[in-house]
Amino acid sequence: MKCRVCRGPAVIDIKRHNAGFCRDHFLVHCREQVRRAIHDHKMVEPGDRIVVAVSGGKDSLALWDLLVGLEYDVDGLYLGLGIGEYSGESVQFARDYASGRGLKLHEVDLHDDLGFTVPDAAAVTHRSPCGACGLSKRHVFNTFARDHGYDVVATGHNLDDEAAVLLGNVLRWETGYLGRQYPVLPSAPGFVRKVKPLVRLGEREMAAYCVLQGIDYQVEECPMAEGNRHLGYKEVLNALEERSPGSKASFLFGFLERAHAQFATVAVEEREGLSACIECGSPTTGEVCAFCRLRERASGASLGERQ
Amino acid sequence: MKILLRNPRREIEMSGPCTVASLLQRLELNPESVLVIVGDELVTRDARLEDSANVEIRPVISGGSQ
Repeated sequence: MKCRVCRGPAVIDIKRHNAGFCRDHFLVHCREQVRRAIHDHKMVEPGDRIVVAVSGGKDSLALWDLLVGLEYDVDGLYLGLGIGEYSGESVQFARDYASGRGLKLHEVDLHDDLGFTVPDAAAVTHRSPCGACGLSKRHVFNTFARDHGYDVVATGHNLDDEAAVLLGNVLRWETGYLGRQYPVLPSAPGFVRKVKPLVRLGEREMAAYCVLQGIDYQVEECPMAEGNRHLGYKEVLNALEERSPGSKASFLFGFLERAHAQFATVAVEEREGLSACIECGSPTTGEVCAFCRLRERASGASLGERQ
Repeated sequence: MKILLRNPRREIEMSGPCTVASLLQRLELNPESVLVIVGDELVTRDARLEDSANVEIRPVISGGSQ
């Protein structure tokens, strides 16, 4: 296979583009896709300070690398989830990436700073650990950015992530979630702007980007994600993609271009009904936000376990 | 060929030569869900793998929270 641009030997094929790329032109392709996502969705304004949510995995480290390459003012934020050896390894990948490139990495630890871990939260709620993890990440990234003067939180959600979430939201007709599913969520009282600059790149492309850029990342999957619903959706979508290349992109971008507006008002109405959490000040529908309720239950369980 | 697989990490032996596409077919892996790395190099589906090759098949799908 030859590179679409220079006709030299290709190192990666991307079926949905019906194209192969050599190393250098693949890196250009990734930068161009991110540049275009940021431009098309007005994700970043001149002078904005960006904080990237860094997990130590391929997507967040590739995103950080791409944003630095595009000369944005960008730091990283790692959230320690307390998932045993897995968390111990993931933070090391994040630290090594940052220190090797002279970048600033902030760290927050759920256990040390907030009194519980994701396994604690899963145990007390009897629900999927991924739910507690997602809730904690959304809360901590938003409040950290708000309290430290960042204008934007950038996350490494890629095309596959977004297509899988869309499939899940459509299967349940989650109209509120469908209204909020967009590559940029504007800032609002209590909310920092949230952007997903990798939305035009698949997760195979992000893994390839890291390999080709020499970025060491955590390949092993989170032990708590086994059996996760989104993994099942991704398998289904990849089976479709193999038969019909471009299916994931047309599913997601078709929704964003032609259907999202139908649900956007639901999301706006939900945001308008929010008030400040009496514990932490974050926007919430009740008196105490979901994160503070989770924290109270889980930190009690964590304390009980240690006594 | 020595084949390194991940999640869980394990190594298997398979006979070559063959193409990347046929190897993935033999292993019943969707090419959309993996990268194939020979030595330190990424390779495309049509690349030929020699019997002496050291091949890593790296999953690219990650799940979890949103």
